[in-house]
Amino acid sequence: MATITSEPVAGPRPLALRDAVARWLDREAVFSWLMMALPLLFLFALVGYPFVYGIWLSLENRPVAQAGTFVGLGNFIEDARDPVFWQVARNTFIYTGAATVLKMIGGLALALVINQSFRMKNFVRAALLLPFIVPTVLSTVAWMWMLDPAFSVVNWMLVHMGIASRGPSWLGNPALAMASIIMINTWRGLPFYGITLLAGLQTIPQDLHEAAAIDGAGSWTRFWHITLPLLKPVILIVTVFSVIFTFADFQLVYVLTHGGPANATQLFATYAFDIAMSGGQLGRGASVALAMLPILGLLIIGLTTYMRSHE
Amino acid sequence: MIERRGWRWRALRLWLPLGFFLVTGLAPFYWMAVTSLKPNAELYNTHIMPLVVYHPTLKHYVDLLTETSFLTWTWNTTVVAVASTAISLVLGIMLAYPLARTRFAGAGLIAATVAATYLVPQPFLFIPLADIINSLGLSNTLTSLILTYPTMLIPFCAWLLIGYFKTVPRELEEAARIDGANRFQTMTRVVLPLCIPGFISAGIFAFTLSQNEFLYALIFLTKTDVRTVPVGAIAELIRGDVFYWGQLMAAALLGSLPVALIYSFFVEHYVAGLTAGSVKA
Repeated sequence: MATITSEPVAGPRPLALRDAVARWLDREAVFSWLMMALPLLFLFALVGYPFVYGIWLSLENRPVAQAGTFVGLGNFIEDARDPVFWQVARNTFIYTGAATVLKMIGGLALALVINQSFRMKNFVRAALLLPFIVPTVLSTVAWMWMLDPAFSVVNWMLVHMGIASRGPSWLGNPALAMASIIMINTWRGLPFYGITLLAGLQTIPQDLHEAAAIDGAGSWTRFWHITLPLLKPVILIVTVFSVIFTFADFQLVYVLTHGGPANATQLFATYAFDIAMSGGQLGRGASVALAMLPILGLLIIGLTTYMRSHE
Repeated sequence: MIERRGWRWRALRLWLPLGFFLVTGLAPFYWMAVTSLKPNAELYNTHIMPLVVYHPTLKHYVDLLTETSFLTWTWNTTVVAVASTAISLVLGIMLAYPLARTRFAGAGLIAATVAATYLVPQPFLFIPLADIINSLGLSNTLTSLILTYPTMLIPFCAWLLIGYFKTVPRELEEAARIDGANRFQTMTRVVLPLCIPGFISAGIFAFTLSQNEFLYALIFLTKTDVRTVPVGAIAELIRGDVFYWGQLMAAALLGSLPVALIYSFFVEHYVAGLTAGSVKA
């Protein structure tokens, strides 16, 4: 603070004022809030406000480009009486559950496979992550073509390997359409699990494995008693993370099946889109989207709390 | 490897599963490439072996570039991705820095809110946002995307950068403060230059996320000349029941190329960004 005391006592007043302002700006809390003001304002305006506005919309009968009328829980009551809504709920649970299990098991297998030492490891790891990098819509279009009713290359392979006499209509049959979206979601999401779990595996000290091996533990025992317990936090975070975004998935289904055939692959997000954007019923659409809130809200709060307690 | 067993063991545990993952993972890309190079006569002939191209042609690429607005869509996608990535990085830094390096009342609450915001999926927001964008008169402008993409990207960048900022030793900051630097100068001259790898990670990740975005672009953009690649391909290369498969696959391949190229240059940074949330936490 030598600089301050050595200044002439009769210095010009504006300078003293500027000093005071500078010192005020440099206070920890003032600096922090000033820095955060703009991003927080931005997020408040474009996440916080729309979120609250969405809740308000769900309580209104609101045709597009017209004024809304307040209907209370009317939209939600209509949802509960709508058989398609319950079909959508079932579809979403089946889709999320099946895809999550497949991604978790496949991803763990992938991580264990790449965790071995081999040549060109970095290159292989980079190539394996491609399905996750490429824009989903574009890779889904490729899958759509691979499952085309007339020219499906998947069916061509099934027939020529003698597995089937003629290929099924993948996207035309309700059960197969659901299987297809689960398969493609798994194809895209599995590398994310694999690479993240691999990073988790690499934090496990090699000494632990060596010590256990000296004590006579086989590789299976070591997997159950060392690898899996130490990997549990990473598996948990990745899984909850992926469940949230699979539950609310839109693009894959919108592009591949549009929710068809006969709503067999309709999910909450695509159904909300159909009602709000194609049908012009913003209020009802918002209520369908918000039907995901109880489950996703709990998962989001749970995951946030868990991640913060593990810092 | 602790065990040293024979090649059979290694084939069973490494090469066989690795081969399976590589083939299933990359087959769709092979199929995109093969399809985009086939003339229509070959594409729609079910009597020949489909896995190879007999008479490769660039016709689908030429048609895509000359008869559709693909180049405009690519330009739009790039403008949106660059602008929203830049905004998100700057605002993400402003948000993350105090959360990582200063102490103030409410910091914990803000950090939790930022993490939760990152986890809010788009379907919660698209209907109200469509209405808001519409009433602001921003429909069919790239601005609508440049404003809304950062809502997903800022929380992600901030979350990632908090981790990076925390790794810079406090002593460096204290030394700068003793030399008379104020907090802002300490940040810009001491801490930020040390965190450039973090900015690259966050930037690459934000860039690929913007290129991947579909829902907002689908809702806000209904005119050809403002569309992005994913929406343009879906809305204009599929006309009713007619699919232009050759052009669609050419578009899928070309549309994936910028992301794949940038990704291949910065794989390590990308992987660091991908795993930061779950492993460091």
